[in-house]
Amino acid sequence: MTDMPSQTAAPRWLGLWPAAMLTLFFLAPFGIMLAVSVAHRDVSGFYEWGFEWDSYARFLSVFFAKVMAVSLSVSLAAAAICVLLGFPFTVFLSAMGHTAQTRILVVLLSVLALSEVIIGFSLSTLLSQTAGIGNLFHWLGLIPEPRAYTPSLFALIAGLCYIGFPFAVLVLYPPVSRLDPELIEAARVMGASGPRAFFGVIIPNLRGAIVGAFILVFVFTLGSYLLPQLLGRSEHWTLSVHITDQAIYQSNLPFAAAMSVFLMLVALALVGLASLAGRERGAA
Amino acid sequence: MTTLRIEGLSKLFGTFKALDDVSLEIPDGKFVCLLGPSGCGKTTLLRVIAGLETPSAGRVFVGGADQTLVPTHKRGMGMVFQSLALFPHLDVADNITYPLAIRGVDKATRRARAEELLDLVRLPGLGARRVHQLSGGQRQRVAIARGLSINPQVFLLDEPLSALDASLREHMQIELRQIQQSLGVTTVVVTHDQKEALTMADLVIVMKDGVIQQAGAPMEIYHNPANAFVAGFIGTTNLLPCEINAGAISVLGHSLAAADGDRIAVSRGPASLSVRPEHVLLGAPEEGLRAEVTFVRDLGESRHVLMRAGDQDITAHLPPGGALRVAPGDTVGVSFRPGERVVVQ
Ligand SMILES: Nc1ncnc2c1ncn2[C@@H]1O[C@H](COP(=O)(O)OP(=O)(O)OP(=O)(O)O)[C@@H](O)[C@H]1O
Ligand SMILES: [Mg+2]
Repeated sequence: MTDMPSQTAAPRWLGLWPAAMLTLFFLAPFGIMLAVSVAHRDVSGFYEWGFEWDSYARFLSVFFAKVMAVSLSVSLAAAAICVLLGFPFTVFLSAMGHTAQTRILVVLLSVLALSEVIIGFSLSTLLSQTAGIGNLFHWLGLIPEPRAYTPSLFALIAGLCYIGFPFAVLVLYPPVSRLDPELIEAARVMGASGPRAFFGVIIPNLRGAIVGAFILVFVFTLGSYLLPQLLGRSEHWTLSVHITDQAIYQSNLPFAAAMSVFLMLVALALVGLASLAGRERGAA
Repeated sequence: MTTLRIEGLSKLFGTFKALDDVSLEIPDGKFVCLLGPSGCGKTTLLRVIAGLETPSAGRVFVGGADQTLVPTHKRGMGMVFQSLALFPHLDVADNITYPLAIRGVDKATRRARAEELLDLVRLPGLGARRVHQLSGGQRQRVAIARGLSINPQVFLLDEPLSALDASLREHMQIELRQIQQSLGVTTVVVTHDQKEALTMADLVIVMKDGVIQQAGAPMEIYHNPANAFVAGFIGTTNLLPCEINAGAISVLGHSLAAADGDRIAVSRGPASLSVRPEHVLLGAPEEGLRAEVTFVRDLGESRHVLMRAGDQDITAHLPPGGALRVAPGDTVGVSFRPGERVVVQ
């Protein structure tokens, strides 16, 4: 009897497969990055293996503290906007007819096929002075002169949201469409107004999904290094941009690695906090 | 007084008529069962009463006040949904007192009320549990308690017991009826189980295709069905085509004289004869309609004899220990107990 489950279940060695993948594609590169972050920079262009905290020490400056703050707030803002827009959007989407839902989801998915470069250049054209939306506003008489809306924080966040929005909707869609519509009707019968049922029943029941969408967009936009350069001013350059800059243009791999380790730790801490907040209290 | 009155209610979904000119009146404190086959509009009627659907025509009055256009959340009704719709994010006590929380009742009062209702549905002390930690029958009771927490004027339940196994279901039917009687709340329960309706209801409303076929006390509907559909739907019955002529019932080539107590709603022409299986009598072949026994099912408490006469099936339920011995293949004479014959259109 005790042998039965192991016959029907997958062989035990199959469990090693995820472990192997994790080691190969995550732990090993991460180990290399850690090692490089404490290596000694060779000014002639590369690095020598060694152990020193110089790169970390260099990072602990007011300048990089600001960069870190900018990175986090830009990504947090993008994640918040995506969830704030994406959640009601998904709720309405799941109330639509089947074909309408499919069509809208296909359009959203097709946005995922666009690369960051295309999105960045399209938006910078769309927000430019010569060919952009400013001309439309001018023509409508809303503003006296056509003006550029890029580079700016607004343009940067708009770009990040454009990328993050489909991800938010895709994470939210399955749990939202699975939510029993009778839950809302029950709340209504029991005296809850529309908004009250929305905030008191829909949101608490989908808290996990909302936090999941938030974390996904946050982490995803945190790694964006093209859009800040295309759409933001230099003070909006995120840590990812600086990491790219150090690694590729300044050839300072130890410093780039140290910054990456830092970024990862902070991101992990935030993700941990968020998932703590998202956990249903008292649930098994 | 919370009489529930419905006048000329119709509901169209596109061109499909889910409810067709439904009118009924439910007196204060009565327990009503809406009964009918799947898709006949029971849920739709309940949802219109609750305000979850807007009727295409007609009005809903609760205690004399027109509620047709009052939004759901202002109607103050109690409702138990088919899926129960308990909130997974709240514990049992908070589920039960959700309507009170909405109305701004303070926490201590809510706690006390939750205790009271949990006692009523015989789940004392389970207030702190989460919904997913309850069994099916316990969830059912929590949903009932939640529906009753504001002392609603009208209590609506949509197939509340359909997810339970047979024995628990019977138990809950009795319990629901007892709770309703102790509170005296006007209650409407949807079911498609006629036994459930007969167990619980003061008033049974039989529907078909969005139209009310008959409304009446359970035994009135059982003994005096308004038409062949109702006769066939409530309890088991033998429905045989017949012809009425000058007070005589001619069925399968036999002419039966109408007896005292026979209910004949047709004065002449073709009709249906409905006879309950317990009123089918068997005798020697020459004593009645000749029928061939096709199957005998002995259940201990009664014996079911299935027969074929002409192109019609007839079922008889015989009391246990009868002297008559029949086996498949035997030919018997069938007669119908005088006074228990019902002729409907
Ligand atoms: N939202 C809707 N749109 C279109 N048709 C509907 C809608 N709701 C119900 N109907 C139709 O109205 C008819 C009555 O539905 P209803 O749910 O009231 O049936 P019911 O008597 O409760 O059946 P059941 O016993 O299966 O629950 C059905 O034919 C159904 O297909
Ligand atoms: Mg139904």
